[in-house]
Amino acid sequence: MSGLVQARKWIDERFGWSEIVAFARHKVVPRHRFSYWYFLGGMTLFLFVIQLCTGILLLLYYRPTPNGAYESVQYIMTRVRFGWLVRSIHAWGANLMIGLALTHMFSVFFLRSYRKPRELTWLSGMLLLFLTLGFGFSGYLLPWNTLSLFATKVGTDIAGQTPVAGKWLLVFLRGGEDVTGATLTRFFGFHVAVLPGLATLLIGLHLLLVQRFGISVPPGIEKQWLAQPRERREIPFLPNFLLRELMAWYVALAILGALAALKPWELGVKADLFAPAPPGIRPEWYFLFMFQTLKYIPGKIGFLNGEFVGLTGFVVAFLVWTFLPFIDRQRPGRLQRLITGAGVFAVCYVVGMTVLGYLGGRP
Amino acid sequence: MATEAQGAANKAGRRHFLEAFLGAGIVASLVAFLYPVLRYVLPPAVVELLANTVVAAHVGDLKPNTGKIFAFDNRPALLILTDDGKLHAISAVCTHLGCTVQYRPDLRAVWCACHNGMYTVDGKNISGPPPRPLEEYEVMLKDKEIYVQREGNG
Repeated sequence: MSGLVQARKWIDERFGWSEIVAFARHKVVPRHRFSYWYFLGGMTLFLFVIQLCTGILLLLYYRPTPNGAYESVQYIMTRVRFGWLVRSIHAWGANLMIGLALTHMFSVFFLRSYRKPRELTWLSGMLLLFLTLGFGFSGYLLPWNTLSLFATKVGTDIAGQTPVAGKWLLVFLRGGEDVTGATLTRFFGFHVAVLPGLATLLIGLHLLLVQRFGISVPPGIEKQWLAQPRERREIPFLPNFLLRELMAWYVALAILGALAALKPWELGVKADLFAPAPPGIRPEWYFLFMFQTLKYIPGKIGFLNGEFVGLTGFVVAFLVWTFLPFIDRQRPGRLQRLITGAGVFAVCYVVGMTVLGYLGGRP
Repeated sequence: MATEAQGAANKAGRRHFLEAFLGAGIVASLVAFLYPVLRYVLPPAVVELLANTVVAAHVGDLKPNTGKIFAFDNRPALLILTDDGKLHAISAVCTHLGCTVQYRPDLRAVWCACHNGMYTVDGKNISGPPPRPLEEYEVMLKDKEIYVQREGNG
């Protein structure tokens, strides 16, 4: 015991540990009927850590070559002890993390937590969301199966439609004109080095900003609290909020464990560069609404390419969404109602198109 | 007094000069670092030995109303034998988003599973999102082998 006390004293003398703890003890989290939404960011972070750990474990056996990738994942799934579990947790965790990140984003949107002074927190969060989708897209190809091959063909082809830099982007992403083994090497590099580095930096910034500005209170409740200050409720971050957050993490872990154990992730059929696209092909659910939209757009709209029109629409929508805090400038009234309406429409559109994507199979 | 002001002005001039010098140096270094990186990330162009003619199949490989994918210059192409015994060879890379198309005997048409694009057996886009027809190749029979070659290349 005295050893522990000694060690703590040693650290305290050098780093001022008690000061940090005292500072953390002052941190409070507002408590109201929407407080539950505050857990989502932390849960996403927790899943990121799980992805990091399982990803490192997968790296011990995975081989990023067209002749070795599929076989190495097969080896992990069938021969390596608990390999099926590690890979299934990684695959399910990715889906859960993207779902949580999306829900987190929409909760921040509808609680209007992105307003001044938190514009940069929103911006860094949106960048993190795009990085998360990048993780999903690049990781999907790594097992080198038929579905992932065509998802990558379509996805990179769409990126290639970007005006001016499209061709450059396509060659950069694919490592050549076509999706080949060179693409696999690149996606592997993006997935295990570039994206984790960028994401770690951005998560650090995101957390720093959250810490700097504290937790946002929704405008309606803020108004209520200003009118009746006795209504204001807050709980200490340490330990009350943290313990609740840990409970949420446990729930996420339980769901993840159950999914991975009961429905191990499939490996599919090995990619063949000269096989036709299989019927019923579709991307992962988080890209499905865009995929489905592209199905409805005709080849030509006037003199423009249909897919170009669709892509431009999405890019504009994502840009507006990303820079939302600079559009919504606290003036209550019509603009605000318009933004909320647009948010509701976006949720309905994404959900509707995703469902249609699942229902729609062959012609 | 005047000399003092002049001295200050000189100093400011010198400072500006040094700042510009330093700034230009930093920019030049960045360009020198970034240019090779930008060139590096784009792979060197592959010298494609464009085979103008390939053997797609042997006579008798295909039953009527079926199609077969074959490699033509490292890209998939599709050879179709129709009910009336006619051979067609077209590119199998969908002009919409680059998926590989297939022949559907039930529809007697070429179909892309990705976005439900449809073409005729000679590559004309008839429905769905494809914006252009598939490239059509010439088919020749020689010594019981089916040769396919690019149109216009004798």
